[in-house]
Amino acid sequence: MREILQTMTEIAAAPLRYARRLQSETGKRSVGYVCSYTPEEIIVAAGANPLRLFGVTGELTRVDAHLQSYCCSLVRCILESGLKGDTDCLAGVVFPHTCDSMQRLSDLWRLNVTTGFHLDAVLPVKLTTESAREYYFDVLRRFREDMERESGVEITPGDLWKAYELMGQVRSLLFRIYALRCAEPNLLSGDDLLTIVKASMIMDRRQAAAMLGEIAAALSRETQEVTAFPGTGKDRKRLLMVGGVCNHPRLHGLIEAAGGVVVWDDLCTGARYFQDTADKTQGDTRETAAREGEPLRVIAESYLQRAVCPAKHAGLTSRAERIVSLVRDKGARGVIFLHLKFCDPHAFDYPYLKTALDREKIPHLMLEIEDPLPAEGQLRTRLEAFMEMI
Amino acid sequence: MNEHIDRDRRKIKAVKKMKEIMTFYYIDAKTAADNNKKVAWITSGGPVEPLIAMDIIPVYPENHGAMIGASKMGVELCEKAEAMGYAGDLCSYARSDISCATVNGGPIGGLPKPDMLICGNNICGTVLKWYEIQARYFQVPLFIFDTPFCHTRFHPEMRRYVRTQVDEYIEFLETVTGKKLDRDRMNEVGRLSVAGQRLWQAVLDTATHKPAPLSAFDAFFHLALIVTLRGTRQAVDYYEELLAEMNQRVQDGIGAVPEERHRLLWDNLPIWYRTKWLSDKFAAHGACLVADTYTSAWCGSLRYMDENDFLESMAEGYTRIYLNIGVDEMARMVGEMVDKYDAQGLVMHSNRSCKPYSLGQYDIQRRVEAAKGIPSLMIEADMCDERNFSESQIETRIEAFLELLGERRDMPRPM
Repeated sequence: MREILQTMTEIAAAPLRYARRLQSETGKRSVGYVCSYTPEEIIVAAGANPLRLFGVTGELTRVDAHLQSYCCSLVRCILESGLKGDTDCLAGVVFPHTCDSMQRLSDLWRLNVTTGFHLDAVLPVKLTTESAREYYFDVLRRFREDMERESGVEITPGDLWKAYELMGQVRSLLFRIYALRCAEPNLLSGDDLLTIVKASMIMDRRQAAAMLGEIAAALSRETQEVTAFPGTGKDRKRLLMVGGVCNHPRLHGLIEAAGGVVVWDDLCTGARYFQDTADKTQGDTRETAAREGEPLRVIAESYLQRAVCPAKHAGLTSRAERIVSLVRDKGARGVIFLHLKFCDPHAFDYPYLKTALDREKIPHLMLEIEDPLPAEGQLRTRLEAFMEMI
Repeated sequence: MNEHIDRDRRKIKAVKKMKEIMTFYYIDAKTAADNNKKVAWITSGGPVEPLIAMDIIPVYPENHGAMIGASKMGVELCEKAEAMGYAGDLCSYARSDISCATVNGGPIGGLPKPDMLICGNNICGTVLKWYEIQARYFQVPLFIFDTPFCHTRFHPEMRRYVRTQVDEYIEFLETVTGKKLDRDRMNEVGRLSVAGQRLWQAVLDTATHKPAPLSAFDAFFHLALIVTLRGTRQAVDYYEELLAEMNQRVQDGIGAVPEERHRLLWDNLPIWYRTKWLSDKFAAHGACLVADTYTSAWCGSLRYMDENDFLESMAEGYTRIYLNIGVDEMARMVGEMVDKYDAQGLVMHSNRSCKPYSLGQYDIQRRVEAAKGIPSLMIEADMCDERNFSESQIETRIEAFLELLGERRDMPRPM
């Protein structure tokens, strides 16, 4: 398991190097994407590898000519990587409709980054009506045609079912690993868990599924050993993390050093990627739709049902209800909001989520950060103060 | 000419009437409940016509935001929103309106309480979050008119989706009001809406004359009716009158600025708390902002609207508006405006409050500069939050820009 983690750490640290290696070793091309609403199943069905972009980590030199400083660092870092030519190894990049900044990132990428194809998947913003459902399905249908055209591969319903199953496997395994660690947080550090999630969004999904299977099996074995010695890990304060993208390989280390541990999350680079899709799509819908012969409907349904991103609308109070129930279900004692500066959808939701938590007497801490992380000393002090409070 | 008389002559007479109409409109809206009328809050790019047809009073939190900004009450209300937990980087209209609702503050003591909320996301994703917040606060039904973003095309499935929502919208209104929509009345409102938009375009077009009889600063003011009373006879009558006044000014050779030396184009929302200051600054150098991308957005999708089949054409008309299209298409439209109004420079407001309008501006700037060979000026500010306005810095930049324009003007034209 140590070996697998080492491999995943290397992949998560240098995703594009991985993309080049995958291509040279297997001929498989990678398709970049910027949001967890990307219908990865269709990319996989086209024989390509969906690869999540997080952007450069170093200095930004080119993006200032295209984006103001009040655009979030995620969008700025992604555009910088394209402008630098880092993404040249990709067959193309997909932009699902999410927030205002991502929407403009798509335009600026199309106009300024020359390598590979550029595709938009203009998903609906509201997810609550029949017509939005129908439109979601239409968008996926168009995306399949776009992928067929760009990759020169015909995507059959059989390919889609296979891709759907593979992605389901990846998502279910991530869910299983989360569940095991939630029960016994000492099994795995938070930073390692984030690495596993990130690597799973980058790697060839078949390879990812194999590695995740091994990790889950290893954790399962360890769980039995650990539970033989109850008490370990019970001293740290269990937390839920809520926000957008977490791209800080050492953030959990700081939280854990301060006496806390994130046992579950509502993050784009976390449980929103797999929860709900992992639980629900395997059952009845799948069989009904299989009879009807339309995998894209099932895929659309899985995205409509998943934990919602605040840039989309799935009801007025659904996020608060979800977060409170996650706190209860996972036995968390507090919530850490992890907000990227200039991320509007999350910032707008914060006061109402805060009120919902206050009502339930659940303590919370807001960390508004940019990439790169602020000085660790300052973060440590705030985290320690919060742990003392709860 | 005596400066005082000259200023009087250049004053637009319709201003008084506009103020009256807006005052009555707000009185009407604020007393709606007493008159058994329903109030809907709606976004500036939202589909207002069915509301008018059903006698529901539309109220525009964004127009309210502009009033808050113009009365320099933005900072106080934004700070209040920040104390409620809203980040200081969020849209200053949204921040002002959200906090204003809780204290009935601002220049008119708050907006009348809504009976329903209509959110068209063709202008931004911010309004979705803003209207969700207000729907929770006021506990009233929310209708989201979801208009897919047209990066490069308006696909048939987008048309289908939005067209279906037009029917859902009407159903929603019928449920909330317990009344049926009168289709004849709807057709009439549709015709009036298109007529109003055409007249507004005609008013703006008078600025193609030299000197321009009105400037973008005037347009920022006269815009109010095409936003708030679109689809009414009142708006049509008013713009007919305004158009006549502008045509008369053209005939009389009355310009918006005393001596028009430079013709410029404005991009993005106004800086509400500094319109007068900016207007004077430019006018002092004989620079007239002859057109802008903001006020023309309320007639920009006329080509998709069919006055004889309004409900059918509404889907496309409301989806393909200026802010709901790709950066390249926006740059192309700005270029067309440069030609149409014979502008010699571009002034862009990089507006911290408005990401869909501002992110991409640098690319629009370069494209327009390259295609039209004109210089441009970027002003960093915010439409409502004065804390993001650095007067001395902006003053220096404007002066340097106008100096540059002066030099270019005096240079012999290349053969």
